[in-house]
Amino acid sequence: MVLLSPAFGFMLVALLVPFGILLLMSLWTAQGFGFDTSLTLDNYRQLLERPIYGALMERSLSISGSVTIATVILCYPMAYYVAFHVHRNKMIWLVFITLPFWTSYLLRVFAWKVVLGYEGVINSGLMSLGLIEAPLEFLLYSQSAVVITLAHAWAAFAILPLYVSLEKIDKSLLEAATDLGDGPVARFMRITLPLSLPGVISASLLIFIPTTGDYITPALLGGPDGAMIGNLIQKQFGPINNWPMGATLAIVLMLCIAVVSGIFILLTMLVRRRIS
Amino acid sequence: MTQNAFISVRNIDKHFGAFQAVNGASIDIGHGEFFSLLGPSGCGKTTLLRMLAGFEAPSSGEILIDGQPMTDVPPNLRPVNMVFQNYAIFPHLSVRDNIAYGLRKQKLSREKRYEMVDEMLDLIKLPGYGERRSHELSGGQRQRIALARALILRPKVLLLDEPLGALDKQLREQMQLELRALQQTVGITFVFVTHDQEEALTLSDRIAVMSGGHVLQIDTPRGLYEAPNSRKVASFIGTMNFFDAQVLGAEGGHFVVETQGLGKLRVPSAGRNLAPGDKVEVAIRPEKLTLSDHKPDQSDGAVSGELENAAYLGERSHYFVRLPGVEQPVAVSAQNSEGATSQVNANTHTWLNWSESAIVLIGKE
Repeated sequence: MVLLSPAFGFMLVALLVPFGILLLMSLWTAQGFGFDTSLTLDNYRQLLERPIYGALMERSLSISGSVTIATVILCYPMAYYVAFHVHRNKMIWLVFITLPFWTSYLLRVFAWKVVLGYEGVINSGLMSLGLIEAPLEFLLYSQSAVVITLAHAWAAFAILPLYVSLEKIDKSLLEAATDLGDGPVARFMRITLPLSLPGVISASLLIFIPTTGDYITPALLGGPDGAMIGNLIQKQFGPINNWPMGATLAIVLMLCIAVVSGIFILLTMLVRRRIS
Repeated sequence: MTQNAFISVRNIDKHFGAFQAVNGASIDIGHGEFFSLLGPSGCGKTTLLRMLAGFEAPSSGEILIDGQPMTDVPPNLRPVNMVFQNYAIFPHLSVRDNIAYGLRKQKLSREKRYEMVDEMLDLIKLPGYGERRSHELSGGQRQRIALARALILRPKVLLLDEPLGALDKQLREQMQLELRALQQTVGITFVFVTHDQEEALTLSDRIAVMSGGHVLQIDTPRGLYEAPNSRKVASFIGTMNFFDAQVLGAEGGHFVVETQGLGKLRVPSAGRNLAPGDKVEVAIRPEKLTLSDHKPDQSDGAVSGELENAAYLGERSHYFVRLPGVEQPVAVSAQNSEGATSQVNANTHTWLNWSESAIVLIGKE
């Protein structure tokens, strides 16, 4: 308890108090440049009534869901390779894998803009090869641009937990499975994958939760179709200047993430029980 | 043996980089035999076992199992199964699914699978444990489940990599008896790796003693104990007293040797070819020596010495006798049976007696 108290104190000040303020503010309403501090659920009612909020929320969840799936699928082989096929200097490999994340997030987003842009690397490359006549427009300012950029931006957060869970697997279990007749594919499905599920779950949550509320990438690369709920929240606190609505959106977003994550954890637990 | 060997290891070498783990090993193992690979850690016994399982490929040489060359057969298709040193019980599966793991390929119905698992659980004396998880099991139970998981597949050969090493002494002795009984019940060839010489002697039909990648001697437990062919084997299995000696001459199936400490001795030549003047060693087990406080009237040989040390070990006592001209004190082991002369005091004069048949001749290395 004594050991926990500094962390608990910090959480109280930095997490619970702001959350309380946010919750309180979501029950207020905007009035000109100030607040009407009488408590009301008006904002929540509006949120349910006007389809734009629900649609944006849905899009955010589906984009970050795609980001999560894409990132985990792309990072699993990398983590697998380092865990099972690299025998010396594993640390160096991990450092190299996380090297892109040493540059700022914003820089990486701009870099993707250069790669995906109208006259960007991909389009001009394909055009000079004569494969396309005109630049591909869906690359930039679209949901796919947001998914690609976020998947790359958050890769390190997937690789590390995946690596840890794969590295932890006792190699003699793999030999035992082989000894009992499994080929490489059966062994992966029956031993490696189920035993690395904790890593898959934590990698998924680590990516899903922060990307749902991300607003930099959709703002810079998303275009009109790629806007996410984070952009709307940012606007509420900025140009629209409706802080109570922003607070309401933030709280509902939090609830949605909690529900989706809860369902996800429940599902993986069921799958795990099914496998075993 | 070579003609009808069930497992034939032929001239196997194994290099790991510059390190040679196994050096020219040749072993033939008969069908249904309980065969042990015995040696100190790093002697190559586990590497040899892993080559039988297919986890390591020999650098040169060949392995045949039931007449089939194993060189190109991957581990999952070999007619062998292994019990791992740490048991390698799958932590995410129940005991039942662990045991049934290898049955998947046989496309049996669930009922048939479960029936087979229950039979195995009865065999290993853990009925009703099917639903447990590996973290709910003790070391001895895990060991049995690893055994059941391998045996359910009816392999031609069961490979065991120090399966009793992690158990405490009492449980280990109990498991030794059970393992031996189990092997006789199922009639499968067992290849057992251990560094524990007592365990190897208790369990095995035959033992290969290994050291530094070489197979030193292959024999029955009695053969290894009574007639070790080298000093390494003699000292690795049990305790042995060694004496430097020189051949004086041959005499009707015996050599006469002059020993450092025991005087002039006659030892069976055992087919050896030695010339007068050759340096050899003779050896005798501590329990084949007896002590007496005066020179015995009837004995093949006796020398006097100084009793230096005595240790009482319950059922038996160990004595250490200093002989003139011998560096190491001679170990003597005597049963503390009723009426035995166990009252020997330290630093007293004593006589060592032996019979001629107890002396073993060992070539100088």
